Amino acid sequence: MTATPARQAVLSSRPVRWLRRNLVVLAGLATLAYLVLPNVVVTVFSFNKPNGRFNYEWQRFSTDAWTDPCGVADLCGSLSLSLQIAVWATVGATVLGTALAFALARYRFRARSSVSTLIFLPMAMPEVVMAASLATLFLNMGVTFGFWTILIAHITFCLSFVVTAVKARVMSMDPRLEQAAQDLYATPLQTFLRVTLPIAAPGIVAGALLSFALSFDDFIITNFNAGSTVTFPMFVWGSAQRGTPVQINVIGTAMFAVAVLCVLVGQLIGGRRKRS
Amino acid sequence: MTTTAPTDSSSGTDVRLTAISKSYGAFTAVHPLDLSVPAGSFFALLGASGCGKTTTLRMIAGLEQPTTGTVRLAGQDVTGLPPHKRPVNTVFQSYALFPHLDIYENVAFGLRRRGIKSVKKQVGDMLDLVQLGDFARRKPHQLSGGQQQRVAVARALINHPRVLLLDEPLGALDLKLRRQMQLELKRIQTEVGITFIHVTHDQEEAMTMADTVAVMNAGRVEQLGAPADLYETPRTTFVANFLGTSNLITAEVLDASGDTLVLRAADTKLALPRARCTTAPQAGGKLLVGIRPEKITLTHAEDAGTVPEGRNRVHGRITASSFIGVSTQYLVDSPVATGLSVYEQNIERDSRLAPGADVVLHWNPGHSFGLDAAQSIEAGTDAGEGT
Repeated sequence: MTATPARQAVLSSRPVRWLRRNLVVLAGLATLAYLVLPNVVVTVFSFNKPNGRFNYEWQRFSTDAWTDPCGVADLCGSLSLSLQIAVWATVGATVLGTALAFALARYRFRARSSVSTLIFLPMAMPEVVMAASLATLFLNMGVTFGFWTILIAHITFCLSFVVTAVKARVMSMDPRLEQAAQDLYATPLQTFLRVTLPIAAPGIVAGALLSFALSFDDFIITNFNAGSTVTFPMFVWGSAQRGTPVQINVIGTAMFAVAVLCVLVGQLIGGRRKRS
Repeated sequence: MTTTAPTDSSSGTDVRLTAISKSYGAFTAVHPLDLSVPAGSFFALLGASGCGKTTTLRMIAGLEQPTTGTVRLAGQDVTGLPPHKRPVNTVFQSYALFPHLDIYENVAFGLRRRGIKSVKKQVGDMLDLVQLGDFARRKPHQLSGGQQQRVAVARALINHPRVLLLDEPLGALDLKLRRQMQLELKRIQTEVGITFIHVTHDQEEAMTMADTVAVMNAGRVEQLGAPADLYETPRTTFVANFLGTSNLITAEVLDASGDTLVLRAADTKLALPRARCTTAPQAGGKLLVGIRPEKITLTHAEDAGTVPEGRNRVHGRITASSFIGVSTQYLVDSPVATGLSVYEQNIERDSRLAPGADVVLHWNPGHSFGLDAAQSIEAGTDAGEGT
């Protein structure tokens, strides 16, 4: 082969090679853009000053909504309600779900397999169906709709996620670890607190975080079981009929920022622990 | 808390199992068994997987409740005590190090559970003993298999247990490291004087390390004794085949009147001292004659006249030979048995000893042993996983 065609081949293949080397990165960036773009739009429009009631067209920059996030009637009330429900639903679902996961993973009992299947149902069932059946149940029992019915409904569907996350963790735990703890003079309670719980913790935390996220932005099930109570997603839905206050974008952006911050802090702690 | 864990560095105590057994429903893992382990000894429970050796160990640790029988430590009945109240510690198979704790906290675990506040010096000393002082703040998954194994030993030994139980502790290590750790464990045991009970399926490991070996098979102890006794005088075909290799020859008893039995296998007459026989032989009955491969000498058939008097001779033909460095291993077919195994030291190699050659196999009758012919000649041959 002579020198000239060889050089040509190199020249022509250089962009191809660059593309080949960076294709994964490009695909990753494209996917990331797809995921992040809606959040960017929400953030940008939180600094908008719309003409009229709808915040759909960019007018001009303003920090009015950021300085007065509770400026819209009922917004902060519904937000606080949603946060309370999310916290209590997370606590309830995590405690009950963890206990249930341990029972399912550790003990053989009658109806164990049917309980396992039942636990998956809320995840597989269309949300509307579950919403309607829960509403029917509450109606027939004569329960007044409100905070408690929402909380019970949320715990119900969060439970399956906690059980799934914790059960996977408990099942993969080496039973010899607990035996080793007992062998090293740990009482059953100490064994649970010092060995079992710390090892199951990642699963429990994952279940709790999922519960919080699911409960906070749930709309369908809440809408069926809320009565006259208004949560944050319901408020957003309701106001979208009449106009969208910029404050909704402010709350959305703030939530997004908090979530990103949590992930960053978590990774920082994890990274430092690994390095030390 | 009424933990009976000793805090002094006293030596080990004896372990006595009386009629201990374990059943899971219809399956009996351990048949009623009596075992006495002297204080300060290195005791090995040897057997193939599923023979009940680990179950026996776990009953001593308290991790398994025996179906019948009692466990006594230094005369004290501990059968009903939960594991955390027994003065024994276990080195688990695959180590069972706590993944969420660093090496320091893993080793300190037992001390802390017993309410000891200042653990720094003890943990430091123990980590130095197993040469892991620089690794105190690492997590178990950052250590190699051999290092994890040493952490597991340190974590158990720091509590000065009366008895240390080792459940196949070297099974996950490669051969070279295993040899090294065998010597290391033996050194530690001699140093601390604690009673060690070691469970293994590796016959060589058991013989290298233990003062006393109990060979287990199907939930029963087949034979118990010093490694050399077990090897030289096995009492069952299982022990003969599981512990090393044995050539077993079925023979008919011609004369059982004297101190030396006269036997016949095929057309060959064999002698066997009565004292080397574990059964009561009767003329006309059958007997299995066992002889270890390294005790047999091979002589080419042309030199048959040079074989000294008083040795058992068997004619045969070499079917295979393999050179393995220190020795050459031959397979010999003979009228008395096929596939006889012979190991010859590579001192003066006779080039005529090649496959196809006619040979005479001969051995000192006192080096062979006699076994009851009413048992399977194959027992233990395929069970030996360890090499």
